[in-house]
Amino acid sequence: MEIPLINLQIGKKAKIKRLEGGFIFQRKLASLNVRIGKTIRMVTTQLLRGPVVIEVDDRRVTLGRGIAVRIFVEEEK
Amino acid sequence: MKKILLMGNQNVGKSAFFFRLTGISVIISNYPGTTVEFKQGKTKLNKEVVEIIDVPGTYTLKPTSKAEDVAVKMLKEGDMVINVVDATNLERNLYLTLQLLERGIPVIVALNFWDETQHKGINIDVKKLEKELKVPIVPTVAITGEGIKELVSKLKEAKPHSYKYSDKEIWNKIGNIVKKTQKIKQREHTFLERLEDLSIKPITGIPIALLILFFTFWIVRIIGENLIAYIFEPLFELYLPIATSLSNILAPGFIHDVLIGTLIEGEIDYVQSMGLLTTGLFVPFAMVLPYVFAFYLALGFLEDSGYLPRLATLVDNLMHELGMHGLAIIPMFLGLGCNVPGALSTRILETKRQRFIAATLMAIAVPCMAQIAMVFGLLGRYGVRGLGTLFATLFIVWLVLGFFLNKVMKGITPETFMEIPPYRIPYLKGLAKKLWMRVRSFLREAIPFVLLGVLFINILYALGIIGFISKITAPVVVGILGLPKEAVASLVIGFLRKDVAVGMLLPLGLNMKQLVIASAVLTMYFPCVATFVVLFKELGVKAMIKSTIIMVILTLLVGGILNLIL
Repeated sequence: MEIPLINLQIGKKAKIKRLEGGFIFQRKLASLNVRIGKTIRMVTTQLLRGPVVIEVDDRRVTLGRGIAVRIFVEEEK
Repeated sequence: MKKILLMGNQNVGKSAFFFRLTGISVIISNYPGTTVEFKQGKTKLNKEVVEIIDVPGTYTLKPTSKAEDVAVKMLKEGDMVINVVDATNLERNLYLTLQLLERGIPVIVALNFWDETQHKGINIDVKKLEKELKVPIVPTVAITGEGIKELVSKLKEAKPHSYKYSDKEIWNKIGNIVKKTQKIKQREHTFLERLEDLSIKPITGIPIALLILFFTFWIVRIIGENLIAYIFEPLFELYLPIATSLSNILAPGFIHDVLIGTLIEGEIDYVQSMGLLTTGLFVPFAMVLPYVFAFYLALGFLEDSGYLPRLATLVDNLMHELGMHGLAIIPMFLGLGCNVPGALSTRILETKRQRFIAATLMAIAVPCMAQIAMVFGLLGRYGVRGLGTLFATLFIVWLVLGFFLNKVMKGITPETFMEIPPYRIPYLKGLAKKLWMRVRSFLREAIPFVLLGVLFINILYALGIIGFISKITAPVVVGILGLPKEAVASLVIGFLRKDVAVGMLLPLGLNMKQLVIASAVLTMYFPCVATFVVLFKELGVKAMIKSTIIMVILTLLVGGILNLIL
């Protein structure tokens, strides 16, 4: 089932299925290897609607909530 | 002359290569965006003089930001690219590599952080990768210089290619290359890796952040105080007889006043005499330098460990309320050392609006270490009551002004999207070099200005100009700020150097309240001339005028309020 990244529980892994945004948006995310087909892990979310931190290929990436709601993932069992 | 470009993702070690190849010292840290401007240098490689250009980090040649636009333009002028690749993050880095190959410019690839691949259980087959990419590839550890010689010897073999891929094809191609050439062993997480998660989860990360910040400022103070007490003050004790005999030789008069200054109860007083050879030397060396040294030592550790981007993530939310990204803590931290590099580093923020807010907040509410050191000397004896009131005031000003600017300025802050580098144990030689570069630039830039400031005071007093200015500004200085009218001399000199300006408050016999007000006013009312010039260049005339109006109004407001409530 596809869920927005923001709803992924801390510590869970998921595969990126869909990016809701134009060409520039997708390219910007791809620059840090956040793209369709990649497996990511939710590291943490910051307090009071702060940004989320995910892990991609052993690297941590901070992304704002506005971005995290536009990334759709499927949880890996 | 051949132009060789150093290109690669952010934080992969391009500046370390630049230093290794040219011998030109540059600041190297462990966070993305340390290099905010192009650095170029000439060097002789393989018996040929070439120009090396350190291009700020870029992830793609299909630009998504202005900085990357510039990188693409640079590419047209270059004859060859040394593509610096983070070997511990091959897949992502190859995206840029393949795009570089598409351009048909000769490329050689440096697989940097080669030492880290071993700890991380990453195994890259270099020969196979060379075959796949059809360009020479050299494993390197740029910070220690490993592999640099081999890289230089292989420069001739760099070759152009002209693949053409669509966005989708390029990632498939990269996927294939990585699959064929890289093996990753599963292994236990190291202590540093576990610390990565702990320091970024709010529940553990916020206490860790508070501890680190507290410890940093504590250690700066301890080191600063001890350097003064055990090294610099004893040195100036030894110098006192020399200065005194010089004072005896010189007849009283203008020359004596300029060189030695006024004698306090018949003797030289290093802080109050205001002579070039007394106060002019004592302030920069014995009062400011020890703290500058201690601060940059601590900052180096924070920068090179990779901690700052984590702190930026923890405070990102708060910073957004003030119209900036979390990464804007970097100009603030650098500004605590000296406002000049602080102002330059606002370039890591991507919009004009963010840069304006960051630069204005820094110039108004972040005192530089030279000024803080002098304030320690002046207010230190009142303990937390004095220092605490001052720093709490500045912090509130910083918060409220940021909040206000974010509300009234048009535009929004773009969403945060940044990489957090892995923790690295700072390379001590690199740390020492960076410290020395910063201390040297303090000595080079500060000392002439301190001496100039001291000279100026003497001339202005002698010509009666200070007396005239204090008469006309008395209503503001005395009426609103509650300071004696002589304090205006310090504000005049504050345009040149804030440390000398704070020092000039001492002979006025101010009480604690007046010292707090004067220190706050000196921080806020205007940046020193060096910072002003940089801000002027970075922000432009219009924004600088806006920023200056904010400074003046806010200074009077805050100074007036402090005068009423303290």
